[in-house]
Amino acid sequence: MITTASEAVASPARRKRVTLRKTIVTCAVMAAALLLAIVLMSLLGSEQLPVRASLCALASFGTSTCGLTQDQFDILFQIRLPRILLAAAVGGSLATAGAGYQALLRNPLAEPYLLGISNGAAVGTMIALVFFGAMEWTRPILAFTGALAATLAVYRLARGRAGATPERLILAGVIVTTFLSSVIVFVTVLMDATRIRSFTFWLLGDLSGTSKALLPVAITIAIAGALALTLNARSLNLLMLGERDAFDLGVEVGRVRIVVFVVASLLVGSSVAASGSVGYVGLVIPHLARLSLGSDNRISIPAAALGGALFVIVADTVARTVIAPRELPVGAITALIGAPLFIYLLRRV
Amino acid sequence: MLEARDLSVSYDHRVAVANVTLSLKQGEITAIIGPNGAGKSTLLRTLNGQLPRTSGNVLLDGEPIERLNRRNISRHIAVVAQEAELRFPVTVLEFVLGGRFAWATHSGWGWETERDLHVAESVLRETELSDLSSRLMNELSGGERQRALMARALATEAAILLLDEPTANLDLSHQATLLSVVRNRCNQQRSAALVVTHDINLAAAFADNILLMKQGRVIHSGSPAEVLRPEILQDVFEIRVLVDAHPVTGGPRVTPVHTDQSV
Repeated sequence: MITTASEAVASPARRKRVTLRKTIVTCAVMAAALLLAIVLMSLLGSEQLPVRASLCALASFGTSTCGLTQDQFDILFQIRLPRILLAAAVGGSLATAGAGYQALLRNPLAEPYLLGISNGAAVGTMIALVFFGAMEWTRPILAFTGALAATLAVYRLARGRAGATPERLILAGVIVTTFLSSVIVFVTVLMDATRIRSFTFWLLGDLSGTSKALLPVAITIAIAGALALTLNARSLNLLMLGERDAFDLGVEVGRVRIVVFVVASLLVGSSVAASGSVGYVGLVIPHLARLSLGSDNRISIPAAALGGALFVIVADTVARTVIAPRELPVGAITALIGAPLFIYLLRRV
Repeated sequence: MLEARDLSVSYDHRVAVANVTLSLKQGEITAIIGPNGAGKSTLLRTLNGQLPRTSGNVLLDGEPIERLNRRNISRHIAVVAQEAELRFPVTVLEFVLGGRFAWATHSGWGWETERDLHVAESVLRETELSDLSSRLMNELSGGERQRALMARALATEAAILLLDEPTANLDLSHQATLLSVVRNRCNQQRSAALVVTHDINLAAAFADNILLMKQGRVIHSGSPAEVLRPEILQDVFEIRVLVDAHPVTGGPRVTPVHTDQSV
């Protein structure tokens, strides 16, 4: 029968149709906010930087020191800015992947972390760390492979005889998550004891170990992935209302499914390889995007990508400043916000 | 327009549709009736290319359906199914505009054109949903949702309509409205419709042809008067029925006779 679980994402009854103009305006405003956040958050941290000189140096894209000392210049351009850009890439990737999974699996609760897909990528990254430690480029590749394998496992497990219900999908996610967690424990034992602490932080989602080599990869994949899913947004709009109906209306369901699985796994893989499992971003951000802009993926996917970037930048700034000079893993902050929202959503689905 | 030749479908080692041959013609409504599990919905899904067939052919305007791409098929064949999943909030207008997907210049991307909006508005009027167009689908009643499904199928402008229990959630007056919409499409725009239904009297009233299915086979076909005969229905449904003339239309009227009533 007709499912009316959509009260889960209750919203104002009357809403204007989404147009290209509205999408462009919304994305431009959010991109401006993201840029502003990147600049502002780079001024915050345990080391106080002179505001005017820092802004001047940022505006010059690092070509001029604007009177900053070499140490201050390095803090800004070698430490903070790469970390903030990685936070943006990770947040954008995870939110985009979440929005993609939710539309494809017709489930507002689908999220890379909760479905165990982040854990799949984590296992891949760990295998790369333990066995191919010197070859950094193997990390995103094995992370992608792990994410894709976990995605397919969850998808197969969730499809029961009666079709995939929201509860069944989450249970499949729990099974995959716990199984992969024990794999992670096994691999951890293979590591030397000195690395275990940084490793535990990484597992919780940690941006402090930003790798110079992986940053451009993560940014490229985040942008390309968000574009790829946005270009399939109209198909996803129909898939959200059922695979059969989407097929009847002309959607090549099989092709779109493969695109979403591969693109979302790439997004999750690259962000986990760079920063571990930052949880709940893919749940909180797409939900907020749909709540404020409606369910049309043509606007909610790009908005989620930009919003996710913004969210993780802010969460990571909180993580590195709230008990400075000590740092929290950013995943602890996102989970603190995301878990209560998940409970709220679960009660309404 | 749409033809099936010697069509067979089986899954899980069970034959669901066996050697069905049928042809939908412009301006005609064909009804499929038969007991539960007779293969009616499977046949419908196979005609649309959704379920793989074991043998036989489906021809759309003379062309084998497997040679056509998905969007091309969707511009010619629209399906009204029994259910919609609504876990995300969409408005009635957004829902109905989904029917315009196959007409987009780029698959998967693009925005609705003026013409898309015009078509959507006109089918909303046709299905008496204009006032509800900005409401959310999950706020509607079952009958309103069923009409929205119908509106979305009409928005595809497909000349062939495949309807699976289209009147299941509708009250008497909306049953009549919906079927007259289908009738008008067939008369004015030279469409063809195939309707799976359990309501034999409804089939008798609006269909030009009736196919009677049992265990995957079409065992009788013809005009309502030819198919709806007591001996045939008793054989297929395994219940005694009374068939008399409808007081208004003069067509056949079927009344099941329950044995405990006749005692």
